[in-house]
Amino acid sequence: MIIYNYIFVGLLLIVAIGFALAPLVLVALVAPRKQSLAKQDIYECGVRTFGETWIRFRIQYYIYAIMFLVFDIETLFLYPWAVAYGGLGLFALVEMIIFLAVLFVGLAYAWSKGVLRWV
Amino acid sequence: MNFAAEWTLPVMWAQQQVELEWWTWLRWGLWLVLGFVGIFPGVVAYMVWAERKVAARFQDRIGPNRVGPLGLLQPIADAIKLITKENIVPRAADQVVHLMAPVLLLVSAFLVLAVVPFGFGTSQVDNPAHFNGFVPIDPPAGILYLIAVASVGALAIFLAGWSSRNKYSLLGAMRAVAQLVSYEVPQVLSIIPVILWTGSLSLVAIMNQQLDQGWFLWSPPGLLAFTLLMIANLAEVNRTPFDLPEAESEIIAGYHTEYSGMRFGLFFLAEYLSVFAVCALTTVVFLGGGSLPFVDYPRLFGTETNTAYLITNGLAIGITAAKILFLVFVMFWVRATLPRLRVDRLMNFAWKTMVPLSLANVLIAAIWYECVIRPGQPVQALGFSLPKPVLGWLITLPLVLALLWLVFWINRREWNAEVKAARTGLTRGGLPGIVR
Repeated sequence: MIIYNYIFVGLLLIVAIGFALAPLVLVALVAPRKQSLAKQDIYECGVRTFGETWIRFRIQYYIYAIMFLVFDIETLFLYPWAVAYGGLGLFALVEMIIFLAVLFVGLAYAWSKGVLRWV
Repeated sequence: MNFAAEWTLPVMWAQQQVELEWWTWLRWGLWLVLGFVGIFPGVVAYMVWAERKVAARFQDRIGPNRVGPLGLLQPIADAIKLITKENIVPRAADQVVHLMAPVLLLVSAFLVLAVVPFGFGTSQVDNPAHFNGFVPIDPPAGILYLIAVASVGALAIFLAGWSSRNKYSLLGAMRAVAQLVSYEVPQVLSIIPVILWTGSLSLVAIMNQQLDQGWFLWSPPGLLAFTLLMIANLAEVNRTPFDLPEAESEIIAGYHTEYSGMRFGLFFLAEYLSVFAVCALTTVVFLGGGSLPFVDYPRLFGTETNTAYLITNGLAIGITAAKILFLVFVMFWVRATLPRLRVDRLMNFAWKTMVPLSLANVLIAAIWYECVIRPGQPVQALGFSLPKPVLGWLITLPLVLALLWLVFWINRREWNAEVKAARTGLTRGGLPGIVR
């Protein structure tokens, strides 16, 4: 009952990859192909590119990624709680209020420290 | 246990567990061939046409009208054009990843649609008032599956930007990932009220629950969650006003700058397919799928005979499609109306407005559950009785309004403080409105 659903997901995966690759194959058969040095340069903004592209990026992105991780894992706790809520009663609500309060403190701390500030 | 046995064990287990009837395979085959290869791409192709028409009308133009009547053959002409274009891949690009990225994005958009019920299907055997859903599969953890496969899209976008060896592509990809992960948090959180009210992660169970008690939209926390979900959806599919990853005035075309011809076409298709998918998700989760308010037609007609089945599901598919296309139209409408956000405001809006709102909304949703959905009378102890929904609205509406006021007040206060500090020269930057 539970597992066989994912057989369809496997089939759909194959169909989806096939659906994405089929026009590409068609392009390889139909479309013209005239390679040239200038054409296969990196376009970038129309001007010849210079310097290294794969450089280090600023820390801001990393900090947002950490914030995302915190809240994503927290969601992981919220989902089972939400599913089981009907059978748990008021005690679960109080517990979740405490859990969310702790998270709110974390968010407020990050906020006040300027982590959420895109500089 | 030796090595060979460890490898064959899952296979043997699967063979024992799975005894599928031939009609299940037939149903799946029809879904794959007619639905996923036929109807969905067709709908998406005509969504592109509709968007061009709608955007043109918003801008007082006529839109495509040359290819066929009303320009209806435009998508076909576009497809032919894309196929006959040369596939240009930069020499310096990572060839494998460059090919993989659009395929992965399209696959992620396709997989989402596997769990969305478009109609009611047949009645359940043990509970005839509930339905099995007109859906390829109904896994018990449907929403988790949906979120999991939808977030693969962020990976695909980053692969595209990284493999192009183009500075603007990489910048667009970094922006895209930052934006997608930021808005994924409120997106995921704003579905929690619905799960809480249903007590299940299955989309079909959510649809059935809304047949019992009306659309989840009609409650203060439901309205707030629906609004948050729609905004987060816009950001998740990179549409205006959240289209910074492909902001053409700053970073050329963002992560797909180096893509041309059909590979670009795949990105395009995947974007519109995701729009369709998130609108379908929102429809099922908040707008009750194929149900109508006040008219309980699926139970009126039933699904016992073939005619009844066809009438019920025909109506349901039509109504679901109308709702989905309305939400899609809202997205076009927003695109024609709003300008693009600035990157710092985009991130601020996600973390300082949407995350607190959606987190607190989970608690308000729990209160709504206690007032309205939980069986029994909630306020008998207090000595008066009100109809349950009235009580729920009386309690949760002030809470939602207070929450909105609080969050926007805090943000406004921070903004005012920054403006004041900038005026008195206490910060090194300029006005908060100026990108530093």
